[in-house]
Parts: sequence; C-alpha cells; structure tokens
Amino acid sequence: MKIGILALQGAFREHAAAFDALGVETVFVRLPHHLSGIDAIVLPGGESTTQDKLLDSSGLRAPLTAALDDGVACLATCAGLILLAAEVLDGRPDQRPLDRLDLRVRRNGYGRQVASFEAPLAVEGLDAPFTGVFIRAPRIEHVGESVEVLAEHAGDAVLVRAERIWGAVFHPELSADLRLHQLFVNHCP
Amino acid sequence: MFEANRRGTWSLMPKSPNTKSPSAGVEAAVGTARVKRGLAEMLRGCVIMDVVDRDQAKIAEDAGASAVMALERVPADIRRDGGVARMSDPEMIAGIQAAVTIPVMAKCRIGHFAEAQVLQAMGVDYIDESEVLTPADEAHHVDKWAFTVPFVCGATNLGEALRRISEGACMIRSKGEAGTGNIVEAVRHLRSILGDVRKLTQADAAELFGWAKELRAPIDLVHEVAARGELPVPLFCAGGIATPADASLVMQLGAQAVFVGSGIFKSDDPAPRARAIVEATTHYADAGIVLEVSTGLGDAMRGLEIDQLDTKLAERGW
Repeated sequence: MKIGILALQGAFREHAAAFDALGVETVFVRLPHHLSGIDAIVLPGGESTTQDKLLDSSGLRAPLTAALDDGVACLATCAGLILLAAEVLDGRPDQRPLDRLDLRVRRNGYGRQVASFEAPLAVEGLDAPFTGVFIRAPRIEHVGESVEVLAEHAGDAVLVRAERIWGAVFHPELSADLRLHQLFVNHCP
Repeated sequence: MFEANRRGTWSLMPKSPNTKSPSAGVEAAVGTARVKRGLAEMLRGCVIMDVVDRDQAKIAEDAGASAVMALERVPADIRRDGGVARMSDPEMIAGIQAAVTIPVMAKCRIGHFAEAQVLQAMGVDYIDESEVLTPADEAHHVDKWAFTVPFVCGATNLGEALRRISEGACMIRSKGEAGTGNIVEAVRHLRSILGDVRKLTQADAAELFGWAKELRAPIDLVHEVAARGELPVPLFCAGGIATPADASLVMQLGAQAVFVGSGIFKSDDPAPRARAIVEATTHYADAGIVLEVSTGLGDAMRGLEIDQLDTKLAERGW
C-alpha cells in the first residue's frame, strides 16, 4: 500500500517518519498528480488557514475531495481535522472545510500555545494509554451520528473515526509511539 | 529510524514547568519540551511575517502567513531610526492578537528575561530572543527552560545554535542581516550550520570531543547532531528575504520555513508579494511555480549592501 501525505505546510515529515518506521511506502502530495495510486492520505497538523489557501492555489481541493469520495482512507490530525470537518468555529470567514467528517470543531479551542499540553489517553483498540500531544489544538464541540469516538480527554472527543476516515485533535506523529499509525494501517481497506 | 524516539529521550529535556493544564481534574502537562518544540514542527514549510499594526497583520493572514511577528518597527526602520530598540508596547501586541487567529510571536531583547516574562503573561505563542533589538545582557541569554512559552533564537553557526538549544531554544533561525533585503548573510549562516552538521556525521568518537570544544557546545548535543544528521529542533531562515526566489533558495539549502521582515511591507505592493512568497515556500523545489508566482510583483524592497552597514546585528549574541 502507498500513503500520500499532504505536504503543503506543517508536520508532514514526522508522519512520513512514522510510516517509514512501519515499512509503509509514503509520497508527499503537493500537486494533483501526486494523488495518483495512493490508498490513503494523511492531512497533517500545521496552520489550517494557510493549508486551506494552499489547497486552492495548488489545485488540490477538488481532486483531494474526489479521492476521499472514491474510497481513499484518511488520517487527519489537528489542522488536518479542521480541513475535514463539517463546521469550523473561530476560523476565518473564507475558510472552506471539506465536510467529510461530521464534526463541529473550534479552532484553538484549548487556548493559545502557553495552554498547549500533553496527556495520557485511553484509546479504543490499544491496551495501554497513548500520550496525546495537543498543540493549539482544535476542540471537538459536536460529534455527528456517523462518527465513532475512539478517545476522550476531559469529556471531549479527541480521536474519532467514520469508517475509513480518522481524525485526531492531537499529534500522534510527535509521541514517539507508532501504535496509532499502526492501528490506522491495520484498518486501511 | 523514527526520529521522534530520540527526541523523547534527549538528555537535556527536563526542567519543564509541568503545571496543570486548563482541563481541570485530568492529568495533563503544559510547557514540556515536546509541546514547545511541537509548535515549531507545525510551522514547517510556512512563512512568518513581521507586522507593525493590525492592518498589516490582516494582510499577512489573508496572504497565508502561518504566524506573525508583532513588532513596533520593522528592522529596516530600526536600522534607519537608531536608538535603543526594546520589546514592543503590550497594547500593540494585544491589538494584533485580537486581529488574527494565527499564532502571534513577539521579540524580547537578548538576556531580558523580564520582557520575556511579560510576553508570556500576555499569552504570545512564541518569543524571539532577538539581536534585532538592543541587547540587555552582554554575557547571558535568557534561561528558556524556565518558561512555558517556547523561544526561537538566531544563530550564525552551529556552535551558537547548540548553545541556544542548550539554553532551551525550541527553534533556531539564521541571523541574516535584518532590514537589508540582502540574502547573503542568511545564506552564509545556513551553509555554515548545515555544512558543519554534515561534517559531524562523518566524525569519529574522538573527533566529536574536539568538535564540542571548537563549537563551545555541550558534548551531548554534539553527539545528538552527529547521530541525527540535523539539529534537534527545526532550523528556519530569517534575514534578507525579499523575493519568492529568495525563499526557494533558502528552502533548497535546508531551511525548513522562512521569516520575512521588511521584505514584504517595504515592497511596492505587499499583499501579492506576501502570497507569492507563501506559495514559493511550499513549492520551493518547483521552478515552474516559483516563476509563475514571481511574475508581475512590482519592485522588491531596495535593499542594502552588507559592507556599507554601520551596525551588524548578527554580531549581537554570545
């Protein structure tokens, strides 16, 4: 299998390192033709407003949406989750989420960088706690019926899944722990 | 090798403030090295723009900047006006925090930990302990481990970079001559830092002790750089970027993101130039895209020759 990693801006390198360690082939996606032949796509953390603009300038918005609708699996973390959500609060008025994960999220919902934190999470499907690294993280304020919650922190959903589309408000690629990437790979069709 | 493994076991990691996060009653730690360096990771491949007021901050965010640096005068004007350059007025920084949704950074003087405390208290997202401001301490930099907010520091060479990292810096940037619109100094710094990193990866165990002495850097960090083949924190470029091709140049040399100061708002038409530099930073290796975004931008800032400068800012910092 081959995993595309959206590499417009943000922590794409860390996701590539994680999949490399698992022996899964990855390719950086910066232009539409980079999407060909991928089985899954990672939407990494970074700055969602920047990524949103670069989706348009690179011509990726329509082909990426089509790939998701075509059955490509997806792992979206932090800013990537904001790109996928149905509704974004405290975003920019011109921000256009792809609406492929039925969530309402609030940008920087846990506060500014001084409030960024790490915390142990009990994750459905993992035996031992996973350390979540939350960086200016979005807060999930509403979870749609089609979406399953795999982990919570302080009462909020922080890891969710709707069939082959996964979303995390934290950064599994920064935890030096490959279990979530492995879990995602195991569930890829 | 999965690089984050090393990061998690780094010998200089501790001394985190480890206070409680807003999620009351649930185990959570703020200000850890991983959380502080993490924001720098999120800024890879991005452009951070110097802004002096809300209007410029909006233009920067509209153009796709991933963060802004709030300061009272851009470096070109600090150079022109002279006098002591200090931390910006908190009211001005707060105005910019209110105007944009992206991270807001601000500068403190080298060694001025009280300015840094004020900036942390107002919730800035990153502090730049910057040579662009007039230094407050001729021997010491801020103990950055003592802070919850992460710091970026400038470096002209690998030894300086490692000393700043040993003090707790979570991001290193080049110290290209700010306010000149001249990329030559930033290129020198990047080539020096990255060239020496490449040499460290070839050195044997005995030579690494020699390197630590020569670089005046902790041996643990020298070992870490030799093993990883890169700095333990992201390396960004700052100083002298004025065109999309400048951004492409420094990204191809190995910078992981760019700071643009005077280069945008001292140019003819800031908004299109800002957008073009954002796109050139993402697609830095694609000359066709750099060409496309470079076309029709009007005049870049005029710029200064380095040997005609009265003050070389890069010489500040120890």
